[in-house]
Formats: sequence, C-alpha cells, structure tokens
Amino acid sequence: MGCPVNLEREDFEKIYREESGRVLATLIRLLGDFDLAEEAAQEAFATALEQWPLQGIPTNPSAWLVSTARHKALDVIRRRTRFQGKQEELQRLAELQVENGRDAESEDVMLSHVLQSDDRLRLIFTCCHPALKIEAQVALTLRTLCGLTTEEIARAFLSPLPTTAQRLVRAKQKIRDARIPYRVPPMDELAERLAAVMLVVYLVFNEGYNAASGDALVRRDLCAEAIRLGRLLCELLPQEAEARGLLALMLLHDSRRDTRAGANGEMLLLEEQDRSQWNREQIREGLALVESALRSAPPGVYSVQAVIAAVHARAERAENTDWAQIAGLYDVLLRLQPSPVIELNRAVAVAMAEGPAEGLRLLDELEMRGELRGYHLLSAARGDLARRLCQWSTAADAYRQALALVSNETERRFLARRLAETESQRQ
Amino acid sequence: MQYLLLIYSNESQWGRMSEAELGKVFGEYMEFSKGITASGHYKGGNRLDATSKATTIRVRDGKRVVTDGPFAETKEQLGGYFLIEAKDLDEAIALAAKVPGARWGSIEVRPILPVMSS
Repeated sequence: MGCPVNLEREDFEKIYREESGRVLATLIRLLGDFDLAEEAAQEAFATALEQWPLQGIPTNPSAWLVSTARHKALDVIRRRTRFQGKQEELQRLAELQVENGRDAESEDVMLSHVLQSDDRLRLIFTCCHPALKIEAQVALTLRTLCGLTTEEIARAFLSPLPTTAQRLVRAKQKIRDARIPYRVPPMDELAERLAAVMLVVYLVFNEGYNAASGDALVRRDLCAEAIRLGRLLCELLPQEAEARGLLALMLLHDSRRDTRAGANGEMLLLEEQDRSQWNREQIREGLALVESALRSAPPGVYSVQAVIAAVHARAERAENTDWAQIAGLYDVLLRLQPSPVIELNRAVAVAMAEGPAEGLRLLDELEMRGELRGYHLLSAARGDLARRLCQWSTAADAYRQALALVSNETERRFLARRLAETESQRQ
Repeated sequence: MQYLLLIYSNESQWGRMSEAELGKVFGEYMEFSKGITASGHYKGGNRLDATSKATTIRVRDGKRVVTDGPFAETKEQLGGYFLIEAKDLDEAIALAAKVPGARWGSIEVRPILPVMSS
C-alpha cells in the first residue's frame, strides 16, 4: 500500500466509474446474484472511501475491492439467513468461507485467479439477453458496466425515475427467477447474441448523439459511455470485425461533437461545420479501425456505416465529399438491412451527387409508400430539396409538416428558421 | 429447475388440415417427446382439447359463476404443454424452439416457482 494520499471526491468517482464494472462482473460470478453483488460492491466502495485516503490507493484497486466485497457479502448473507433460513444461502455461505480461506494465501494468487477478463463479457451478454426488454437491457448495461446511477440513466433517456428504477428491479428479478445464465453464449449463438449487445451500445450512443427530445443536441456522457463499451467489446472480442466497425462509427461521429452546434446553440449541418475543429485523434483512430474491420471480414451494418462516416471525415471541405461513393455505400447497406430510413439517407446522398430533382423524386416515392409517416426527417429532407429547387410552396408545406413532428428543441428552431426563409422567398 | 412450456397457436388451423398433414404434425410431436424423454428433460406433457370444450369457473361473493369457453378470447389459444427440467433459461429456450408448434405459434416459457421450504 502507498502512503496517505489526498483523495479528492473527483478521483474517487473516476476510480468508481473505471473499476465498478470490472468489480461487479467478477462479484456476480463469485456470488451468483446481481443484488448481493451490488450490495457487497457498494459496501466495499464505502470502505475504500474511508480507508484509501489513510492507507493510499492499492496497487490493484479492483482486486482489493473484490476481496473486500466478498467479506462484506458474507455479512450480507449471514444477515439474510438469520431471518429467512434459506437453504441456498446457507450453502453459498459455506462455499464462500472455504474460498476465502483458500485465497487468503497470497494477494498475488488472488489477483490472477479471481479477476477474469471474461467476467465483463459474461456481464454484457447477460445484461443484453433477449429475454429482457430492450429498455431493460440498456438500463442494466449502463448501471452495471458503466456505473451510472439510476438517476443518471433516467435523466439520459428522459424516463421518470420510478420507471427506470422499477425496470432495473424487474430485470434483475427475471435474471434470478427465470435463471438467465451468467455466461458468454456458446459459439453457435454468439453471432446473434453479439448483435443484441452491439445494438444496445449503438442505442446508447444514438441517444447521446441525437437526443430524442429536449434542448441539447448532443449528450456527451452517453456517447463517452457507449464508446467505452465499444472499446471493451473490441478488447474482449478481438476477432469480431463488426465490433471494430461499431467503435469506428461512434468515434467518427463523436469527432464532430464540438462543431454540431453554433455559437447560439443552433444546429449546424455537416456542410456548415468547422472541420478544423473535428477531433483528429478520434478520426485517426476511427479510420484505422475501419480499415482493420474491412480487412478481416465482409462488412456488416456498422462497418458500412463507419465507411460512410469515413468518407465524410476524409473530405477536407464539404465540397470535396465523394457523394457518389456515399450513395453507393448506402446501396450496400440497404442490401444488408432494407429500411426506409436508410433509403431516406440514400436519397439525400443521391441529391448531392446527381442533383436535388433526382433526390426529391426518390423522397416523393418514399412518402407515397407511407412507411415513414410521422418521421420528421423525411419531411425536413423534402423541404430542403424543394427549397434548393426554388419550389417555395412545396418546401414550406414540407417544413410545416416536419415542425409538427419534431421533438428536439434545437432541431425545431432550425426547421422554424428554414420555414421563415422559405416563406420570405414566396413573397 | 423446472419450466412449463405453454404451446399456443390458432386452433382453427387444425380444422383446415388434411389427415396427412395432421399425421405429420403428430409425428413431429412424438419425435420431440421421445427426444426430451431420452435426454432426461421431460417431466410431463399433454395435448389439450379445443377451447370450445373448455369451461371457466369463477367464485365471486360466494357465488359460483360457470361460463362456457376459455378464460378469455385470444388470437392464439393454449393447445398443450410440456413440463421440463432444464439447468437454466437458455436450455429451456433451446428446447422450446424445438417444439413443432414454435414454427407457426408461440411457446411461452414459464419458470415453475420452487416449493417454499418452511
């Protein structure tokens, strides 16, 4: 142990965020119970908060926390057993006492055996099990792997606090009572299960990047957590090319974070952003990951989207963007995942490559099919293209339609501005 | 741990099937039952007669209310069940996926609550 340190609340929170996922993952394996593991982990962190400022931060904080938590867990089980006398609890108590005795040999032995990198993988796959509702998967992942509090999760997804709390309680109950196994899925299920995990990570990033409603266009913290999860997936599953594709996609989008809002908080489009302010480090890393992913395997949906983001990232100025390539990439994406939203994005790219008339024709077709009714971005895109063709009446109608559907405040102001510009042209 | 696999499907389909088609489905169920018996998962199971033969009983305010038919009208109806022993939900799900009815209906997988010890 080191000498007494001045442990700031901030430092401690940083350690908590970094270590809690690893600690919890191992404890769940050792104790076989989410709630018990969480309770024990909380008590261990409380003890750390008391002891570390006096004794210094241990060389291996997670091992110290796991060891302390196991002892706390024994106390928790004893307390429960005294009142309920459950057979299972008594058995676990006995097992833990034996294990603790054995590991008391040397701290080094414990360090190597107790903490397994697989544990966080087990935890992610369990949190993202298809038997849980998608909202529960997201909440549980953020809670256990990222150490977000229930309040933080509720705020991030604009859910009422009791709803989020209840969601977490029910998810853990289901894991326990339906006996969802705590394991990495076997090979024959891995691809499908990994897709579920990546979807959760993608949803978290998306929520942070495109806040569904409310004022801020970007919620940084969620993006950072999603990227951290993405890194974890790449680290734990180095052979999975799509994991690299997903991380690349998130990094390339996140690199534009500081340029997406103007001085007054207004929304800036890709062509209006100050590219010199794009984060070069993230772009460099993102581009390397894209190349690595494409070398390893035929691209999946995340990798293709990452390549599209890469085309934008490589263009020094908006005018240099290879829109024809992007339109072609959307074709590839559509073959992998037919979706009217992707068709919309493709139409926008076609408009840039071949002119607004061609793009508008595609968007009108999409509108007629009716699948995107209620989706404000379709109306917004139609408004934009009609405006570029000086079709003021059509544009104004489309912008009005979009305004009726939009929920994000920043986007709403942007559309209102466009409508005003269009109306002034009609005079 | 034990789970109940509840087999739901639209009953009207049975009436529309030929003798040969019905025979094929029953054959598949026999195969499935034999398989999970051999593997030690089978703890019980039965086909249920149609919901038109069902009767629902409720006792309210001490009065017995007897009605013709299932407890509720639903798009898919309970047609049978298997009681299985499985080590965890993933194993139960894998077995449920092999129930022939999974291909056209829905199989609900419900954990059996353990008997309370005193």
